[in-house]
Amino acid sequence: MKRLGITAAKNLIRMAVLLVLVSGAAFFLVSVSPSDPLKTNVGQAALGSMSQEQIAKLEEYWGVDTPPVKRFFSWASAFIKGDMGTSLLYRQPVSKVIAEKLKSSLWLMAIAWVISGTMGFLLGILAGVNRGKLIDRLISGYALITASTPAFWLALMLLMVFAVWLKVLPIGLSVPIGTEASAVTIGDRILHGILPAVTLSLTGISGIAMHTREKMAEVMGSDYMMFAKARGESKWQAIRHHGLRNIALPAMTLQFASISEIFGGSVLVEQVFSYPGLGQAAITAGLGGDIPLLLGIAVISAAIVFMGNFTANLLYSAVDPRIRIGRDQA
Amino acid sequence: MEENRTVLSIEHLSIIFTQYDGGFEQTQLRTIKDLSLTVKEGEMVAVVGASGSGKSLLAHAVMGILPYNASMSGEILYMEEELNQKRIEKFRGREIVLVPQSVSYLDPLMKVGSQIRKGKKDEASKRKSHSVLKRYGLKEDTENLYPFQLSGGMTRRILISTAVMEQPKLVIADEPTPGLHLEAAKRVLSHFREIADEGAGVLLITHDLELALEVADRIVVFYAGTNVEEAFVSDFYQEETLRHPYSRALYRAMPDHGFHSVPGTQPFAGQVTSGCPYAARCAYTEDACYRDIPYQEVRGGMVRCIRMDSDNGGLHDMGKGDGK
Amino acid sequence: MTEIKRGWNRRKTMVVLMAFSMIFLASVAILGHIFREEAMVTDFSRKNLAPCLQYPFGTDFMGRDMLIRTIAGLSMSIRLGLLTAFISAVIACVMGLAAAVLGKFADGLILGLIDLVMGIPHILLLILISFAMGKGFIGVVIGISLTHWTSLARLIRGEVLQLKESQYIRIAEKLGISKGKIAVKHMLPHIAPQLLVGLILMFPHAILHEASITFLGFGLSPEQPAIGVILSESMKYLAMGKWWLALFPGLLLVLTVLLFHYIGETLGRLTDPGHAHR
Repeated sequence: MKRLGITAAKNLIRMAVLLVLVSGAAFFLVSVSPSDPLKTNVGQAALGSMSQEQIAKLEEYWGVDTPPVKRFFSWASAFIKGDMGTSLLYRQPVSKVIAEKLKSSLWLMAIAWVISGTMGFLLGILAGVNRGKLIDRLISGYALITASTPAFWLALMLLMVFAVWLKVLPIGLSVPIGTEASAVTIGDRILHGILPAVTLSLTGISGIAMHTREKMAEVMGSDYMMFAKARGESKWQAIRHHGLRNIALPAMTLQFASISEIFGGSVLVEQVFSYPGLGQAAITAGLGGDIPLLLGIAVISAAIVFMGNFTANLLYSAVDPRIRIGRDQA
Repeated sequence: MEENRTVLSIEHLSIIFTQYDGGFEQTQLRTIKDLSLTVKEGEMVAVVGASGSGKSLLAHAVMGILPYNASMSGEILYMEEELNQKRIEKFRGREIVLVPQSVSYLDPLMKVGSQIRKGKKDEASKRKSHSVLKRYGLKEDTENLYPFQLSGGMTRRILISTAVMEQPKLVIADEPTPGLHLEAAKRVLSHFREIADEGAGVLLITHDLELALEVADRIVVFYAGTNVEEAFVSDFYQEETLRHPYSRALYRAMPDHGFHSVPGTQPFAGQVTSGCPYAARCAYTEDACYRDIPYQEVRGGMVRCIRMDSDNGGLHDMGKGDGK
Repeated sequence: MTEIKRGWNRRKTMVVLMAFSMIFLASVAILGHIFREEAMVTDFSRKNLAPCLQYPFGTDFMGRDMLIRTIAGLSMSIRLGLLTAFISAVIACVMGLAAAVLGKFADGLILGLIDLVMGIPHILLLILISFAMGKGFIGVVIGISLTHWTSLARLIRGEVLQLKESQYIRIAEKLGISKGKIAVKHMLPHIAPQLLVGLILMFPHAILHEASITFLGFGLSPEQPAIGVILSESMKYLAMGKWWLALFPGLLLVLTVLLFHYIGETLGRLTDPGHAHR
């Protein structure tokens, strides 16, 4: 248990350092951009509606006169205090915009994450157990095709079939247009989330399915599965007793480590379905030169990705007896 | 005492693998060729051959767990009836048990206690597993260990424990001694002797002739994928009673008999085209050695050598020593 | 007994399919380049035509032939994919080797850098880089080159570390052969096959990311006949039932990426001795 604590602490420190570095890199990238936030159209429009105090702060952040390193530190120290600056496009504090967008994105991503994880895991087992047979070829083929399909195109196709032709699902937006935020029902949310969630799930399956397939095939050829059979266990008994136990952990680890991909997919999918989430906000910010928002989203998304990696690392240390006990004994 | 029944009888067993040979051609690799042997109740038969000569496949063939790219010909009989896939699936783990060779045959993520009990959690199974652990001198709390925490000797005893959880009639022990020091190896083999003395047939697959001679009843000498001789342990007391030149070479290679070695290396079964696999190294090779050689009975044992005929009961023209 | 089974088997099928895939991709790349000008030709007398014999993929709102546009777009995708994957592979090589050879400090530094690049979701990082570069062609090339080298670099690092421990490299070191010479003469030949497979498997990702980033408006400029541009334009006409604008270009993009995947994986399987019995 003590080892676990040390592992966790080490990982946390590493994560924090990386997060600082990511912020620095992101800050550097937006700083070298040729577009000056205070001079772009959006910036101009935004400036008009801002208080003198806000403009002064903005100048301090992005002003041409301040040296970049100093700018970074003034931005970072404010960020740590919870002040991520003001979004030029939304004319609201960045933290508020992100919180709102993240809420609708998290729903979408969480659902897709769970569905693609379970489906991918099950399909991977099925393919790995029946390696080389028809069902394996079908599943592998599916995985290869979805891995080759851009998420946004799949989104377009689904939109075309279900919203335009069949007219069974709405075209986009997480809520009907013109509805008051308070009047939005859970039903509306679910209805508008179906297509984006389905798209993300369908494309997310391939990675975990192929990984599980490889692991399962490896386990099927292992000495201990052979021995389980030699001891009279049927194929599926052996898989239940020994197979799942040995592939569940790597699969879960991979799923936690693949949050970055689902995040990337959500950016594309949200754009096609005009789903007002974090991804769409990132695109708007990027196209409109809303540097504070773009930076905020980059840092928050990196934090989410690192949390996923952190969980994956910890999971291994906590669950696998070879690491959990092995280290204590050594 | 009535005649002991034959538990296992293997006749003309061959195993062939299909694989790609580096390039684009598929090749067929024969690893076991025309192998025959029998094991009776209460008897311990040792198949002795060099490491890597395909002995383990023999065990896997009997258990019906050959890999999918292997095909098998010949006959395996259990209790004088053909042991087809349906029958082996019925008997394995109950009447026919395998004691595998290494820790890799245990699930790395499952405590050994559960593995011995095949995951059963009822009281009777627990009691039984505790008594089995005790029988092999393992403490009760051994059951809470994971395979990676076991020492070499403990691993063997755990693997044997899996075999005696049921009342097996046939035990196949695949290389149970490598990596153990002499005392531990002897103790492990004595456990198998006990199982045989309780009435089961034991097929011991090993590379260690000396240890096999201490516990087994009969020895099957395995060379390049086939058996060249089947002899009683007593036949190994002196060189002259052995029937095949390779067995005699093995005899002379034992430390007590001068540690003599024969030049050359054992070929893969795949490299032997026809005739005696030992012909390339034998001191008495003649043309006839490259033709088919029958496996015939001589003085109660079996031998695959043209110089041996059942009439004179010995190798003619073969004196003691290597004949050159 | 070793017998050689002559005749047809799966490996030969794989090689033939691989050759066909390569020919197909090469011809798309070349044809697209030749018809580059024609892909931009507008003709308002033939706009918004559904697929027919003369225009199998239909025409768009400006009367441009979608078949030619699609091929030109794919050609662009393939050439961009080749370029970026190649740059990425070079970066991966340098980073992987440096991490494995230059000692603990460099190793830690490069591993940290890899974590850094992997930390920001790819699409977001591409948006950031494109933003920094002021969008357009250069932004895409640099963005994709800088984001795709990580896994290959890790692979190379692992392989080299393993090689370094091997007996014959150690002997070469003892004999006083220079580090550079060991790397080039004794290590490269072992890594080359994996490098090639890694490089080819990078194409699909590079192509998909280029299309995605262009689709979002951060990549190639709207004047270019890029697949991302085509699909982005099609979105506006989707609700009006102009399905062909999105379907065919997308399908061909999927096919292109699929073929690259297939070539990479087949090559990987053929060069990996672990697959001998399949």
